[in-house]
Amino acid sequence: MEEKKIFELSFEKALCRRKRVQKILFMLFRIAALINCAALFLIVAFIFMKGWKAITWEFLTQSPLEMMTKGGILPCIVGTLFLGIGAIVVALPIGVASAIYLNEYARPGKLLRLIRLGISNLAGVPSVVFGLFGLAFFVIWLKMGVSIIAGVLTLASLTLPVIIGSTEEALKSVPNTYREASLALGATRWQTIYRVVVPAALPGILTGAILGLSRAAGETAPIMFTAAVFYTPNIPASPFDKIMALPYHIYVLATAGTNIEATRPLQYGTALVLITLVLGMNLAAIVWRSKLRKKMK
Amino acid sequence: MTNVRSRTDKSVRIFFFSVALASIAILFMIMLFLFMEGIPIFKKVSVTEFIFGKLWYPTSSPPDFGIFPLILASIVVTLVSAAISIPLGVMTAVYLAELAHKRVAELIKPVVELLAALPSVVIGFFGMVIVAPFLQETFGIPTGLNLFNAALMLSFMSVPTICSISEDAIYSVPVALKEGSLALGATHWETLIRVIIPASISGISTAVILGMSRAIGETMVVLMVAGGAAMIPESIFDPVRPMPASIAAEMAEAPFRGDHYYALFATGIVLFLFTMLFNVIADHVTHKYRQTGEASL
Repeated sequence: MEEKKIFELSFEKALCRRKRVQKILFMLFRIAALINCAALFLIVAFIFMKGWKAITWEFLTQSPLEMMTKGGILPCIVGTLFLGIGAIVVALPIGVASAIYLNEYARPGKLLRLIRLGISNLAGVPSVVFGLFGLAFFVIWLKMGVSIIAGVLTLASLTLPVIIGSTEEALKSVPNTYREASLALGATRWQTIYRVVVPAALPGILTGAILGLSRAAGETAPIMFTAAVFYTPNIPASPFDKIMALPYHIYVLATAGTNIEATRPLQYGTALVLITLVLGMNLAAIVWRSKLRKKMK
Repeated sequence: MTNVRSRTDKSVRIFFFSVALASIAILFMIMLFLFMEGIPIFKKVSVTEFIFGKLWYPTSSPPDFGIFPLILASIVVTLVSAAISIPLGVMTAVYLAELAHKRVAELIKPVVELLAALPSVVIGFFGMVIVAPFLQETFGIPTGLNLFNAALMLSFMSVPTICSISEDAIYSVPVALKEGSLALGATHWETLIRVIIPASISGISTAVILGMSRAIGETMVVLMVAGGAAMIPESIFDPVRPMPASIAAEMAEAPFRGDHYYALFATGIVLFLFTMLFNVIADHVTHKYRQTGEASL
């Protein structure tokens, strides 16, 4: 009897200690998650606080004036939209078609694994290497020069894996019963895909397109050698024009401008416009996607 | 009739297959053009001299093309950032998958996604104007633009990658394993560390490798924040010049198809090989140690 009691007591004690250890360690995990939130909050809050004063109607609708120290960033906003939308227009059809092949046609095997390895490797290529590729291939070899079209094609190669990934996810979320029902009615595989599978997956595909667009709009290194220039007063008229872009503008003003301190408010303002654009698109995509998921359930 | 339909179906299949090869084609073109524009430098310096040469003075005469300080800087920055981002990313993933209330997790997941969506130039800008002066004052160092600052900023770029892939891995551990462990009297923490994490370790390793690959290839952050001195660092607060920074900063000034230009493309090859190696290892880990339910423990 005595012995059993002692055993129970020491067991209780040990359990207590184990639970205490657990409590402390789990607190660390919570803190880790909080640090991420704090980081995002800090970055956005600082840029918002210092940037919002710079945002005026003139800032958003004028060209830069007096060696970039005054005026606005309209050409950069327009340039970023051109580049981002252009990249998506090129990458979306290719990406969606690739994803359809991977998810609807391909059978598991060496070839599929090779294609997947290619896609994951492409996703891992550093952005500056995309820039080098764009310079060597589009700008020099295809003689496009530093131009919108060269930047668009470079950014499209970079967003392709993003689009393929999100489209595949969207296609996977279409229940197999849809496909089976369509095939049972005598439709061919292709008819099933474009009449049943793709329409069902369309919202998910478009969410991916928004994410790809925001990724392309925020990239700097790929357009440094292929499309962006420090200053051009005109709104581009042809795809072979050089262009200004928000990310490149921030970089140049912050590191190489003639008067870095004097343009600080403009830098914050430009950064604020860029993150509003990018985070806004992402937020929209996230909200839309979570609505879609609820509907699927 | 049937013949026409099945023929259409077949040609559509072939069409999708050829589009799916686009990613591999782009990857191949990237390699081809990197090598085409990079190889000529090896007529001037040998491969060993290029990789292990300790002096990088591409513009002096005679120029020195030794990228060892750049490679070392890239590796050290990546390792230091991994020391921050691995615990942070994996712990956040565990928190999201195992500890967090469902509603809380639904709030924190978008935060991690938005962190991933922040344009790198904005993070670099933040590191430059906010973190650098802070570090300089707190630690009394000559410049806040240094190895540590760059690693810190990079870690917040690889946390989302590490976190989301690890979370998927932890999430896909069969519930039966967890329940078995809890039924034997283990606490939640013991279950986590002895059962759930070992069962998902292949996914977590993939996440870590891909996170590091992202860090080593990231350009704008190291370009703006690392300090830019092409020297072998002696302390964590020394300015460094990782490979992507060197390429991005010098490409605009390098004379077209001169030795400097070739050397930068060759640096691109080295960088590309690094990220490719990371990706191939990650792919190998995923396939070889695939999580197959109970069998993986």
